[in-house]
Amino acid sequence: MRYIVVFFLSFLLACKKDIQEVNMTYPKLEPIKGDEQAGNWKPILLTSPNEIACPAPVSINSARYQGEIQEILDLQKNMTDAQKTSIRYWSAGAVLRWNEIMRELVAKNNIPPYQNPDGTYPVPSAANPFAYPTFPFANPPYAARAYAYMSAAQYDALVSAFYYKKQYPRSSPAQANASIQSHFSSTSGSSFPSEDAVVMAVSVEMMKLLFPADTAFINQKSREHFMARLAGGGNVREELEAGQAIGQAVAAKFITRARTDGAGAAVGTPVIWESMKQSVIAKGEIPWLSQENPPRPPMLPLFGNVKPFLFSTADIASKLRPVPPPSTSSAQFKKELEEVYQVTSNLTREQERICIFWADGVRTYTPPGHWNYIASEDFVNKQISEVRWARNLALLNMTLMDAAIVCWDAKSYYFNPRPMQIDTRIKTTVGLPNFPSYISGHSTFSGAAAAILSHLNPSQAGKYNAMAKEASESRIYGGIHYRSDCEVGLTAGSRVGDYAVKRAQSDGAE
Amino acid sequence: MKKEILLFFAVLVIAPIYSQTDFDGLFMDRNYLCVGLVGSYSSFTHYWEGVNKRDNLNMGTVSNTSLGVMGNYGLSDRLNFIFNLPYVQTNASAGNMQGQNGVQDISLWLKYALMQKKVFKGDLQIIPAFGYSMPTRYYTPDVLPLSIGMQSRVWSYRMMVDYEKNHWYFTGAATYMHRQNIFLDRNTYYTDRQIYSNEVSMPDVWMWNARFGYRNQDIIADVFYENMNTIGGFDIARNAMPFPSNNMDYQRLGIYVKYETPVNGLSILANGFTTFAGRNMGQWSGIGLGAFYIIDMTKKH
Repeated sequence: MRYIVVFFLSFLLACKKDIQEVNMTYPKLEPIKGDEQAGNWKPILLTSPNEIACPAPVSINSARYQGEIQEILDLQKNMTDAQKTSIRYWSAGAVLRWNEIMRELVAKNNIPPYQNPDGTYPVPSAANPFAYPTFPFANPPYAARAYAYMSAAQYDALVSAFYYKKQYPRSSPAQANASIQSHFSSTSGSSFPSEDAVVMAVSVEMMKLLFPADTAFINQKSREHFMARLAGGGNVREELEAGQAIGQAVAAKFITRARTDGAGAAVGTPVIWESMKQSVIAKGEIPWLSQENPPRPPMLPLFGNVKPFLFSTADIASKLRPVPPPSTSSAQFKKELEEVYQVTSNLTREQERICIFWADGVRTYTPPGHWNYIASEDFVNKQISEVRWARNLALLNMTLMDAAIVCWDAKSYYFNPRPMQIDTRIKTTVGLPNFPSYISGHSTFSGAAAAILSHLNPSQAGKYNAMAKEASESRIYGGIHYRSDCEVGLTAGSRVGDYAVKRAQSDGAE
Repeated sequence: MKKEILLFFAVLVIAPIYSQTDFDGLFMDRNYLCVGLVGSYSSFTHYWEGVNKRDNLNMGTVSNTSLGVMGNYGLSDRLNFIFNLPYVQTNASAGNMQGQNGVQDISLWLKYALMQKKVFKGDLQIIPAFGYSMPTRYYTPDVLPLSIGMQSRVWSYRMMVDYEKNHWYFTGAATYMHRQNIFLDRNTYYTDRQIYSNEVSMPDVWMWNARFGYRNQDIIADVFYENMNTIGGFDIARNAMPFPSNNMDYQRLGIYVKYETPVNGLSILANGFTTFAGRNMGQWSGIGLGAFYIIDMTKKH
């Protein structure tokens, strides 16, 4: 009988423990420096910080303002636990949270479409985003561009908002009425316009362009953010609405750029895919062939033609395109191919761990998302202002997008084969990306990210460079890249990063 | 000396011949150990992505080959200790994904005949069993369907009812499997939302078995039905890869035969199964072959 007792006791002992989600433990954003002069920082697309007009707010003695103060007081009377949780969530910072939401949208949409019955592949359509395959397929170049547009637009919108903060000084709701409890740190300088609302509105507009099938989710997040700012005593309604207006106007400028930056044509056509192959054959080299069944067209082969943020399109061919890869008939190539085979067939547990840690494949936020996460984790501890958050992520993400452009230019220009196309004994633990090998995307992204992050956060430079090298080598362990792809990729990325460093040194924020 | 050997064989002959597993109503007598090796091969070409059944030309046929050491020791005539430790190797016949291999999870069971009673001239038993399994090392659960296992520590609580009359028997079992959280090599993952942790909450599982067959001193043969139902978890998105905390279900039918060879104490077994319904899993079918030997652990002197 005692066994029965043991039986049931053990049931009680084996309780499940909840998962601690790192991003739910972020502290409240309480910037050490307000960056009140950020209205003078150099915008990216705006011609000047006051290009977008912002009408003056009403007087704090007006009936409207007093009514809006009362609205907050009413909201604070009966706060539910859900509202409190929401306020705590948003208090970590608007740029951080919207970046996180973007990472989630990327991961959700990062799935290659299933083939048609005839063996061709459907292309997701922005005009019909809900139909299968849903739009977009948020692969690494698409994601890099999405992060860049959102971050750059957030930055410009906040520079504009900071300009008007200086012009329209206004106390916070808690300063205006002692009965209001503020769950947010006091914002940088004036409470008008709300920087949270600026970030929210600009993010919502960019996301609806980039992830139209997720509009309901995006709107839900924006309602939560708006209400958290109100109920949390962060801003009165007028400050939020003024911020939204700036955010929407700035987003419109970025949307116009996005519609004409060439990304829409990056998928290419069967004629273009064939010409890439033929140009490599003409050079006497072995062209890349899809290893999928049925063969899938290369991923966004014309992404190299997308308009960069940090340099001109002409710079790509003249300054940034890497030297050719080792010829597929060279001894160097054979040596590197053999290395991939040897490494993958004797993979250590540590190499497997590194492979999986950096895989960032299907259903993940992609390598650019991974670097956003790495950067965010570090910035969270630095307590920087919203506008500096936006600037740092804009610099990082413009770098990552431009790194994708340089990388995809090389991939399509050299169009060289993956290791397992030549040596079918080679297998992968991480999945084989469906595009040419040279240069490695992970390496280019990581080299680029490490360069700009080392500038923005010099105390962590050693860590960023070590991570970049590990991310790069993980692709050799994964059996999907030669050493040349990785080493040249890191260097090419780092050169893109240098452009961002130059911009950072002259944007007025340092 | 000769007498002792004769006695040894005599004991084997009269000892229960069945090799007992964690899912049947049979017991080893006190101080007898039954050990054996079971090899199995199973595979699938079609799988369920959520409830959508499909194949994958970039995986071809996914197979799982295993060789396990099993044993059952009679702590008493009514309480048995059972263990199992398999080596597993996986492979995909097409595409370029690397198969995995290695020693997988050790599982330990205690099985107790709580009640043994004559009912309608047959033998009715009520048998609770308690199991625990744990990975013997870290293997990655993050390359499904090629991972060799789920990497989870599992506490199993089983209640069995076994009824035998004129050698025909029925065994029904219900098992609740409490699965502990697992850890990945990455620090974030997407289920139906993004989660920033390397820890994955594994949904628990209900398992239902029913066996109907015939057993005597020489043979055990049955047909069985098995239903696994994961409580919660999420569906694989269209054309995405499976994940350990998916809502995995299946229903299987199988046969099981065990035969006592003329060599005393040596038995062989064969089984086979096929899956006819499922969710977020391969449509596995497989066969197994094993050999067991019974050793008397009683002190002779």
